[in-house]
Amino acid sequence: MVGLTFLVYIVIAIISRAGSTKEFYVAGGGVHPVANGMATAADWMSAASFLSMAGLIAFMGYSGGQYLMGWTGGYVLLALLLAPYLRKFGKFTVPDFIGERYYSKNARLVALICALFISFTYVVGQMKGVGVAFARFLNVPFDTGVLIGIGIVFFYAVLGGMKGITYTQVAQFCVLIFAFTVPAIFISLQMTGNPIPQIGFGSKGTDGVYLLEKLNQLSVDLGFDAYTSIDQGNLTNMFFITAALMFGTAGLPHVIVRFFTVPRVKDARISAGWALLFIALLYTTAPAVAVFARTNLINTLSETPYSEAPSWFTNWEKTGLLTFEDKNADGKIQYVAEARTNELIVDQDIIVLANPEIANLPPWVIGLVVAGGLAAALSTAAGLLLVISTSISHDLLKNYLRPDISEKGELYAARIAIAVAVVAAGLAGLNPPGFVAQVVALAFGLAASSFFPAIILGIFDKRMNREGAISGMIVGILFTTTYIIHFKPQLGGSGLPEDFWWGISPEGIGTLGMGINFVVAILVSRFTASPPKEVLELTERIRTPRGSDGPKNSIH
Amino acid sequence: MSKKSTDYWKTNLKYLGVLLLIWFSVSFGFGILLAETLNQFQIGGFPLGFWFAHQGSIYAFVLLIFVYVYLMNKLDKKFDVDEV
Repeated sequence: MVGLTFLVYIVIAIISRAGSTKEFYVAGGGVHPVANGMATAADWMSAASFLSMAGLIAFMGYSGGQYLMGWTGGYVLLALLLAPYLRKFGKFTVPDFIGERYYSKNARLVALICALFISFTYVVGQMKGVGVAFARFLNVPFDTGVLIGIGIVFFYAVLGGMKGITYTQVAQFCVLIFAFTVPAIFISLQMTGNPIPQIGFGSKGTDGVYLLEKLNQLSVDLGFDAYTSIDQGNLTNMFFITAALMFGTAGLPHVIVRFFTVPRVKDARISAGWALLFIALLYTTAPAVAVFARTNLINTLSETPYSEAPSWFTNWEKTGLLTFEDKNADGKIQYVAEARTNELIVDQDIIVLANPEIANLPPWVIGLVVAGGLAAALSTAAGLLLVISTSISHDLLKNYLRPDISEKGELYAARIAIAVAVVAAGLAGLNPPGFVAQVVALAFGLAASSFFPAIILGIFDKRMNREGAISGMIVGILFTTTYIIHFKPQLGGSGLPEDFWWGISPEGIGTLGMGINFVVAILVSRFTASPPKEVLELTERIRTPRGSDGPKNSIH
Repeated sequence: MSKKSTDYWKTNLKYLGVLLLIWFSVSFGFGILLAETLNQFQIGGFPLGFWFAHQGSIYAFVLLIFVYVYLMNKLDKKFDVDEV
């Protein structure tokens, strides 16, 4: 099954290979909005969304909603505040926009460095995910898994550019959404008799009790908080994390660039809608999967004699991602909240993979889930690598170092850059520095505190000038980075959670950084010179849809 | 800047204001700040605050974008700035 999906990806890549820089960067600007929506959804949903999120929610309960809202709400901002205007602007990249709107090569360079940093940390995590998935299911060592991943991404990203990636991602979306929802539908039917998981997890179980009520009861009995109960002490932090993820989503370069690939401004708007609809399919199923899995886990394992544990239990035990230690030597599994007496530790990453086995579904379903997880990791990795190569060949080479480069030379450079990026990301993924996993989550905070305000102000505040935008970006990202490093022991920071400002953890601080960016940018801009006339005209022009083929065709 | 384009932009901003207010209410409002209060109510087997945080806000987000697209396409036509 996995092999078959790969064959499809490669065939698509060969058919839709890119011939010009426009095709390489933005797929020629001619992608249908629905196809673009699917590609955006596949690009967006990473191995983390597919494999880890439901597990994360299963163990967090209500607070897990921060990921559900945070990773979807950003699309509303994208559709309403960014996508149509950036499409009308009509260039290739985010640094393009920053550079022209703020009439400054330095602004472009700051944006370029931010884009590279965010994309690179993000892609390393994906390559690691690819390695883990291949290793587990082809039964090869982790290193070999990563190498196979490098080979495949290399092939279609280098060859096809944005065009090849977009159409491959459409296929990958279909694989991953099918793989995620089919097991969920089976399990929902099994547990509640309702085939729609989104409704199933709010329905009554086979014993006539509401599933959530039962899970709350089970959790409380074992000493955990009730699943749906609200953690009042964490609300401020949850608010800030949700916001950081939303604004971060709207500021991620590999998401924004998607809206440059459709033909018209109205297509950019609707394509954000399609993207979110497709993303919502997975994001509304995930909390249902979380509830089913947690309930099943407790029902199957709690107080079960170890000798009678199901076979999936012993299989996962071998991987070390699930551990049992018989502390009171009664031969039974005690799964409780109290750490001293708890005997079972389940890694959240195995929930989605083990879920079909826990629910006794046939083996082909498990194969399907693997294919889905790989599709999620590969599509995201490819999208990110493209942003990296575009940043280098287009923003750095063409617009900064060597403006006289020919189109052919630029395309050649883009291909080399993507090849180098694939290999570098793969090598980093092979030997991930301990902090990579930590940094990935923070990419959102950094995107929120740097790009988001600069782009929004560039569109909605005509008076915003070069000085304001650059100082805002620099102050915002410096503040956020400093806070994060200080409070992340994994990054060598010395701060303690007790000292968090207003209880805000590093994951949520990007929201505050964004606020600071806005304030600094507006203040500085009001005390410095107004932007030149051409820039005021540019701001006017991007506000109306007509004439979106390029800046030269503007009317009015 | 002509009167026409000012009007177009002002209507656009008005739409944005209303839609973003809803965006904020369903997620940060119902899903987080008011979740405790709303959890006293149930829809089906869901406590309402929990439902907004895990389901409702996402449905609302999708709807918001499609409503926005509908409104803007109409507005573009009305002000004759739409594309072919």
